[in-house]
Amino acid sequence: MTTAFIILLLPLLAATTILLVTRTRPDVSAYVSVISAAVCFLLTIVLLGDNGSVGSFAWLNVGGLELKIALEITGLTKGMILVVTLVGLLVHIFSLGYMKDDAGKARYFAGLSLFMFSMTGIVLADNFAMMFIFWELVGVSSYLLIGHWFRKNSAAEASKKAFLVNRIGDFGFMAGILLLWGATGEISFSGLGQALDRETFDSTLLNWAMVCIFCGAVGKSAQVPLHVWLPDAMEGPTPVSALIHAATMVAAGVFMLAKVTFLIAAAPVAASVIQHVGALTALVAALMATQQSDIKKILAYSTLSQLGYMVMAVGFSGFVYSGEVIGVSASNAGFFHLYTHAFFKALLFLGAGAVIYACHHEQDIWKMGGLLRLMPVTAITFLIGTAALAGLPPLSGFWSKDAVMAAAQNNTLLLVVGAITAFLTAFYMSRLCTIVFFGKSRSVAAREASEVPLVMRVPLIILTLGAVLAGFKFAYGWFINPAELPHPEGALPLVLSVIGVAGIVAGYVIYSGRDKDPIRVKAFARKFYIDEAYHLLVRVFQDGLAYVAKVVDQLLIDGLIVRGSARFTSGMGSLLRGLQGGNLQSHAFLFGLGVIIIIYLITITITSR
Amino acid sequence: MSGQVTIIEFIITIPLVIALAIGCGGSGRGLALFAAWANLLLGAIVFAVVLARGGGDMHFQSSHILLDSPELTLGFAADGMSAILVLLTVIVTFCAVRISPQQPGKGSGRLYYVSLMLIAAGALGAFCATDLFFLYAFHELALIPTFLMIGIYGHGREKVATAWKITIYLGVGSLILLGGLIALYVQLSPTGGLTFDISKLAPGPGDHPLSAETQKWIFLPLLIGFGILVSLFPFHSWAAPAYACAPAPVAMLHAGVLKKFGLYGILRVAMPLLPEGFDAWKELLLILLLGNIIYVGFVTISQRYLDRMLGHSSVMHMGYIFLGIACCNSIGWGGAVLMMFAHGISIALLFSLCGSLRARLDTLEFTRLGGLGANMPFLAVTFGFAAFASIGLPGFANFASEITIFFAAFREAGELGSLQVVTIVALWGVVISAVYMLRAYRRIFQGECIGNLGAADLEREARLPVVLMIVILLITGLFPNIILKLVPDLVGTL
Repeated sequence: MTTAFIILLLPLLAATTILLVTRTRPDVSAYVSVISAAVCFLLTIVLLGDNGSVGSFAWLNVGGLELKIALEITGLTKGMILVVTLVGLLVHIFSLGYMKDDAGKARYFAGLSLFMFSMTGIVLADNFAMMFIFWELVGVSSYLLIGHWFRKNSAAEASKKAFLVNRIGDFGFMAGILLLWGATGEISFSGLGQALDRETFDSTLLNWAMVCIFCGAVGKSAQVPLHVWLPDAMEGPTPVSALIHAATMVAAGVFMLAKVTFLIAAAPVAASVIQHVGALTALVAALMATQQSDIKKILAYSTLSQLGYMVMAVGFSGFVYSGEVIGVSASNAGFFHLYTHAFFKALLFLGAGAVIYACHHEQDIWKMGGLLRLMPVTAITFLIGTAALAGLPPLSGFWSKDAVMAAAQNNTLLLVVGAITAFLTAFYMSRLCTIVFFGKSRSVAAREASEVPLVMRVPLIILTLGAVLAGFKFAYGWFINPAELPHPEGALPLVLSVIGVAGIVAGYVIYSGRDKDPIRVKAFARKFYIDEAYHLLVRVFQDGLAYVAKVVDQLLIDGLIVRGSARFTSGMGSLLRGLQGGNLQSHAFLFGLGVIIIIYLITITITSR
Repeated sequence: MSGQVTIIEFIITIPLVIALAIGCGGSGRGLALFAAWANLLLGAIVFAVVLARGGGDMHFQSSHILLDSPELTLGFAADGMSAILVLLTVIVTFCAVRISPQQPGKGSGRLYYVSLMLIAAGALGAFCATDLFFLYAFHELALIPTFLMIGIYGHGREKVATAWKITIYLGVGSLILLGGLIALYVQLSPTGGLTFDISKLAPGPGDHPLSAETQKWIFLPLLIGFGILVSLFPFHSWAAPAYACAPAPVAMLHAGVLKKFGLYGILRVAMPLLPEGFDAWKELLLILLLGNIIYVGFVTISQRYLDRMLGHSSVMHMGYIFLGIACCNSIGWGGAVLMMFAHGISIALLFSLCGSLRARLDTLEFTRLGGLGANMPFLAVTFGFAAFASIGLPGFANFASEITIFFAAFREAGELGSLQVVTIVALWGVVISAVYMLRAYRRIFQGECIGNLGAADLEREARLPVVLMIVILLITGLFPNIILKLVPDLVGTL
């Protein structure tokens, strides 16, 4: 039990140390943070042998309500904690190079450590209350890191947007937790599971509760319609995007859903909502990705799309397929994809970071080109990551995408949506690689690019190993039983591979040797105008309502009622004028003195009695 | 029990004596600081002792009979709820005195410190009085200097008008409250004779002497009277302008401490003495508190100045405390008391930072500010802590209290009643408060710097109160049981 608690608390200690002690010494701060991440990773390996519920701390008790900080270690937890600490450590190391000369380096590493603490808390939580606590803390560390360059207006806006959109999701999440608690009196995952086994609850209530809880995942895992914060979050430093906005935090929603599959299985309507939201996100985000020109934005939309896959798969928990309930296995597919995706997407983001670093913070792919020759390690690792994302056998993405599609194989509509998305994924990644790494350099910055330092190359290479191997049984079998994964039937794997290859070829053929985009789809490039629509909604509803409320407050409540009745009491008014004419200060002083003397005399006479 | 002076009597007497000494010509800030330090220490002792002995009983009892018929006693005692509020009062008083200027306004500034001391003494007396008359009188003692401070030492052209407005408004509220209290006193006094002693007015076990109907009609003026003092919607419009005009220490003391008197009164007087009185008004209160959370929340979003925004935000948060009270179970009341404490510290923190910003900048209008985080890192970081505390980030006591109140509303709620529906709507307030707080933070500290380039960070000697308040919010947020353990099981005694 101590191991798990140390993994949880060590990053908090590191963040606090940086804030209180070493904040004026950026290099020391960086090492404090990196060392804590390294120790956490090593302890995680120790932890993999443990199981079960480990220790708890009664955080809040009042009148029969007991909220605990209690840790629980299951197979799921182990897979996730490994992703968090391993990718976390690599991103810490990469940041040593990437953020070398940043003025806010100490603040940056404190933020990373705070994030590691919060994320570990989500993973280890054994109940909804604790998960919600760390859910919020993850939100605030994400806020701090997106807004790292807070003097940039765009970064300041993006961090605020990320936090607020997440809060909207959390509103639903909390409501769902409350509904479940009201009905069952339980908030721990195991307690809820037992309660659902023991008695039957109103299915309407369960569906509503599950939809509400899903709102939390929609916010954190950036699903449609709350996806708008994630592309903007790319304002943060690129290593942050790799860790938080690709591999771990955004996957927290999927992780949470995978943890409560028993609830999804008991709430069929909610499950259907989850599948469709996931599929819609996968498709819509992939379409948007095909028309972006910022290298990080392309990856951000790709992340959205892959998260959509995971959510869709988890939504199939509890669906009857070939005569038996495949509950556990469908959510396993989602989690499997989360696991492999963490490696190749973190790899792609760090690779993009290396490219951006080498091109002097240029992010426009149309100003890059020919980088394969100039930075071969970055380019080759990036291409391997791309192949994994596109689902080419035998890389990790192939296996997990197969499992996801197998979970959906009885639903033709969603299966087709998934296949289209798979084609688009291969296509936009091929487009990106063709423009960035092949052809000729399109700007001075790209011509002068050179390979990144060792401290940044090593994480790329390690993640490449993960991207290649994570899909094999030896790499995932210890936390997911391979027998409990959905297996694709018939020609599905073959079809998916062909689709992946077709996408890559299409992307290469269309974009090879081009200097500007031959395809123009404004709706995709402008993200279907969703941001604009939301902006309008906020203006009309929130700010409009706020304005109306303000006017009502000033005119009606304050002006008419309060002032009117004040005028009505004219006696008080004349008293008012009389006093105001005199010297307010002397009046006040005499009055105050009088009161004191009276009280004081009373006290004296009494105490001496 | 006369003859021996209790620590509670000390705590109340010290600021009174110091106020007298300042009035007679002593140095304002020096003496006030002495009183603040002494009370901080004594308040912490009271809290610790009550924590050790259990919050359910009355400790440090003292009583001095002033009149036999009607029975009027100057008596004090502290149970857990009083001890929590005493601690809140001494902390906020300490911080308010610490941030007060050496030379407030024109002249000697003695009245300034006399007023601060009287506010502190009045609040402490009101939270510990065992007698209905003194409970009311001490609150009035604290209220009057508040008006003077706004009128004399406030900011802005409208300060005198605002001072009169709050005087009349709260005066009316107090009168309504007084009516209710008199009704209580007349109706509930035992047959032996009239008394103001709360414990003697409390109905014994068994049947309540008053019918549910009578209780209902006595409860209403208490709810409205106390409600006006707490800025319950729609009686809230005095609050924001008053806090915007008030000097920072007064805004801290009033929003942080004195406003809690109305809530304290409901929990200490109205609910225990009229256990059936609330039922009839529960639905009404649920609607009114949504007015606080949602309607005032939107009003807060539309504010263009930091000081007014903070004033409205404090009105908004009162809605959650009322929600906790309306749950009528010990979880909800525990959450309400915890939130009284948490909100008291966090709003005092925000007003103190707002005061520091006002002293440095030529405006508090959001559109004319920006990027100040770069040249005032201490203020930026601490304001960040305060803002996140106020919007209920886990780790701060505010979150612990919010979540307790939400859970309270859903206790054993297999089906959704009005309380649960209202709570879900009220949850949206969590989004609203994040919107206005983060907008404000973004406008003031982030983005490009526009104007106020030369503004300096908070000087070192002024940092102690800010850090103290943050640390207290964190300690009580990480270990909320320190406070919750003290909240007496008030519901169980009904």
